[in-house]
Amino acid sequence: MIKFIKFLIAGIIFGIVMTKSEAISWFRIQEMFRFESFHMYGIIGVAVGLGAIFTFLLKKTNTKTMYGSELNLTPKTMSVARYLIGGTIFGLGWAMTGACPGPLFTLLGHGIWSIAIVIASATLGTLAYGVFRSKLPH
Amino acid sequence: MIEFLSQPWHWSVSGALIALLMVLLLWFGGKFGVSSNLRTFCTIAGAGKVSDFFVWDWKAQIWNLVFIMGAVIGGFLASHYLISSGPLNISASTVTYLSSVGITTPQDFSNGGGFVPEEIFSDPFSLKGIIILIIGGFFIGFGTRYAGGCTSGHAISGLSNLQLPSLIAVVGFFIGGLAMTWLILPSILNLQ
Repeated sequence: MIKFIKFLIAGIIFGIVMTKSEAISWFRIQEMFRFESFHMYGIIGVAVGLGAIFTFLLKKTNTKTMYGSELNLTPKTMSVARYLIGGTIFGLGWAMTGACPGPLFTLLGHGIWSIAIVIASATLGTLAYGVFRSKLPH
Repeated sequence: MIEFLSQPWHWSVSGALIALLMVLLLWFGGKFGVSSNLRTFCTIAGAGKVSDFFVWDWKAQIWNLVFIMGAVIGGFLASHYLISSGPLNISASTVTYLSSVGITTPQDFSNGGGFVPEEIFSDPFSLKGIIILIIGGFFIGFGTRYAGGCTSGHAISGLSNLQLPSLIAVVGFFIGGLAMTWLILPSILNLQ
């Protein structure tokens, strides 16, 4: 039980950061895809820039998890079709709903109940992927 | 403290905190990738009966369910105690465009507003509500698992780890997002 509390706290901070960064805002996502503001690019750019430095240092210093095991940095299997087609379908949904999976849960905490419909249909979408997986190019 | 945190946050502060959260999750023995939880939902609901894709060690991912439970609580706390009293700083050209397709951009965050458009989210069973929320949600869930990750897993964790597959996925995110925003969404928003 205790080991989960740290993830709960990290999640709470994440929900607050998603709210205060306005990354959960449908309006911000429209603005981003219309190239009418630097806001979202600034957030993602700083997160990736710093994230890359941190990841490099973690690997360089061979840092382990707090339990002494290897960090979860497994390289992804190379393919083009899977990432490009899957990514494009995800992008269509992201621009429609204005939310990616993290913000979906934070918006639920805001009491925006209709987001539960999006979470339910996203779960159905994942189910459909699992069912049709063997027929899709990967 | 509360007053300080309630101000709008500069994008660099938000970006830096996201990078720190990613490192924290790695150090905790997890990783930053939210969409995997949707697969766990399917498994818990019994989807293992229809596809082997859902037969996996989901119990090793319970920490991730706890993380998104925290994301819900964080959203609740932020919406109750940390909402900025200032104006909503959405670019004037976006506001003008949205009003031309029937979407009002709120002036501020009062009364729980300012994050999603009323026209879509308050009327989820209108034609455009159904299309945007149900089909949009389906695309998110299908696409993210097909691509093996979402914004957190690919755009943040994957790009930080210099993964070419993640870069391809992010290019896909933008192909889909730009096509939807510029070519398709205006017609959906104009539906009565």
